[in-house]
Amino acid sequence: MATDLAPAPASDALGEINKYNFVTQTHGIFKAQRGINSQIVAEISEMKREPKWMRDFRLRSLKIFESKPMPRWGGDIGINFQDIFYYLKPTDHQGKTWDDVPAEIKDTFDKLGIPEAEKKYLAGVKAQFESEVVYGSLQEDLAKKGVIFTDTDTAVREHGDLVREYFGTIIPPEDNKFAALNSAVWSGGSFIYVPKGVKIEFPLQAYFRINAEQMGQFERTLILVDEGAEVHYVEGCTAPMYTTESLHSAVVEVVVRRGARCRYTTIQNWANNIYNLVTKRAVAYGDSLMEWIDGNLGSRLTMKYPAVYMMEPGARGEILSIAFSSKGQHQDAGAKVVHCAPHTKSRIISKSISKNGGRSSYRGLCKVQDGAVGSKSSVVCDALILDPQSRSDTYPYIEVEEQDVQVEHEASVSRIGEEQLFYLQSRGLTGAEASSMIVSGFIEPLIKELPMEYAVEMNRLIELQMEGSVG
Amino acid sequence: MTETLKIKNLHVSVEGKPILHGVNMTIRRGETHALMGPNGSGKSTLASAIMGHPSFEVTEGSIELNGQDVSEWDATERARAGIFLAFQRPMAIPGVKMADFLRHATTNVRNPERKEGEQLIPMREFRKELKDKMSQLRMDEEFARRYVNDGFSGGEMKRAEILQMAMLRPKFAILDETDSGLDVDAVKLASQSIAQIGREQLGGEQMGILIITHHDKLLDNNTPDFTHVMLGGRIVETGGVELARELYTEGYDRIRAAHPEDAAVEQEMAANTATSGVA
Repeated sequence: MATDLAPAPASDALGEINKYNFVTQTHGIFKAQRGINSQIVAEISEMKREPKWMRDFRLRSLKIFESKPMPRWGGDIGINFQDIFYYLKPTDHQGKTWDDVPAEIKDTFDKLGIPEAEKKYLAGVKAQFESEVVYGSLQEDLAKKGVIFTDTDTAVREHGDLVREYFGTIIPPEDNKFAALNSAVWSGGSFIYVPKGVKIEFPLQAYFRINAEQMGQFERTLILVDEGAEVHYVEGCTAPMYTTESLHSAVVEVVVRRGARCRYTTIQNWANNIYNLVTKRAVAYGDSLMEWIDGNLGSRLTMKYPAVYMMEPGARGEILSIAFSSKGQHQDAGAKVVHCAPHTKSRIISKSISKNGGRSSYRGLCKVQDGAVGSKSSVVCDALILDPQSRSDTYPYIEVEEQDVQVEHEASVSRIGEEQLFYLQSRGLTGAEASSMIVSGFIEPLIKELPMEYAVEMNRLIELQMEGSVG
Repeated sequence: MTETLKIKNLHVSVEGKPILHGVNMTIRRGETHALMGPNGSGKSTLASAIMGHPSFEVTEGSIELNGQDVSEWDATERARAGIFLAFQRPMAIPGVKMADFLRHATTNVRNPERKEGEQLIPMREFRKELKDKMSQLRMDEEFARRYVNDGFSGGEMKRAEILQMAMLRPKFAILDETDSGLDVDAVKLASQSIAQIGREQLGGEQMGILIITHHDKLLDNNTPDFTHVMLGGRIVETGGVELARELYTEGYDRIRAAHPEDAAVEQEMAANTATSGVA
């Protein structure tokens, strides 16, 4: 993603959206047996030559996973956990240049435009294929300044103390069933450390690709932004379309120290047979800013509610999310903000579009703890429904334990009206162009917050969705 | 040969309710027509039906552009064939900038064969033209960056409609109460602008204009060659400019008295409008 901006040939719209829908023939190094049990978990840990603390953490998490019931809210999760492959190692080493990456996998990322984007506007890249990160780079000057950008497996080996201090503390395995599952079988993901005062100008990007059928991808990301530092991390996700379901269940933990800024952008365009059940949470300290920008276009079911816990005065949390659901898709997405300290500030803007029988839900929590005086929160969620078959729901939860606060919530649901379409058509636009223009206007307030490359990419993906070529 | 827009025995229903009962009118390029009539007589219905609003069903008669019946065409095709409607109440399209919208619209109308995704007219060329037209209409440049009709005042909306007409250069333009909600100065500017745009030649001919209005000011610079009076969904009288003058000074009493059957239909339609909101 992020680079191929050439317009799709009109006759081949299906081919264009299916740019992501290709299968790479690989010679995997190791594929764990189908299903999950303590033996498979121990085997993954062994393959990775992990320290005992991590192996114990995995086995403990597996017990928690097994003891927790499936969530009874959100979407319909039709997964048989014993049908899934939990670990697939595609290659025995990680490339430092693209030439080090096995040709067929490099070819995959070429098609997705990653090396090209890297040359143009990225400070560092991680590319994950199935369970492992197969390529990693970081600009030399950043490495010299002490920036760490590596896959989490390497981080466990090379920066064990730092990882151990935070790993699983922001999202413990007890948090929810899928966080427990990830904690047991996690593999890959990014580890980032930005030292005090270091501001990284260009984004660091990770790209997640599921290639095999009935594969589970469980990356684990930990981002530590030290005092006064700044980073923008971007992730993209795609997979080919199979007739059976695959599972993507990530855990992302972020720590934003005093005066630091972290922006985390996701453009999720999974194939429509993927269950995308992700837990993302940040803790933000004094006068820091955490921003989640979350674009959900693909997957069969997404359940994802990026969270910001504001721990000290002056901390800010912003969550901008766009969800687009078409036929056979359910986006149950939203945000959580928790004000734990006085004078903290949060803003949630959520925009959802439902089309061709798709279903979008906004589910969000705004919590202000006792004593968090002078805190402010504003939540705006707007839904646009394109046809009578589609559906939109809003589930806002507001828990305020303090009097002296300002909490605002606005929600709107609109349908593309015949009058709007007629107006645009009377100016020579076709019906499809008119709908597309109304949709792009609807998401414009969010798109303009994105860096240009990602804004262009997001607009393009939404245009493709609008062409109705997604089954 | 002069191009014509011909309305022949047009019957139109909305949600199964007949509104127009046989309208006849012929507009040639270069002519200005005024359409007057009491509220609810069917003027806006005629305008929407000519433009091709999907809720307005033509049950009998035809709308002919140069002899070709366009009454089955959708609004997109009619716009690309050179028909334009300045809306009485234009729709807001939040998040879409005037300039982007107009660039799409202008490209499509000037190149009716354009397929989706094909090139738009070059940015530089478009910007220059838009800037010129906006300055003629005394509009601030900032206007191009605002979202289409979103939070516009009544006057801004109407000026934006005239700007669109100037950019799209239609063969036939219908202006539906473009003067309503405007103060005296704004009406004067609108009147002058319409006259100026209408006189511009395209393919050797001026625009054919149909002005729907209750007032005289819009007609100051646009002296109608024909004035039509609509009552109860039909055109009951057609005259010259003197008929327009009579109506905006004397009102419709004489017309109603002279056409008692149409006046009765008008009463009936008014009762329907009160319950359904359709007119």
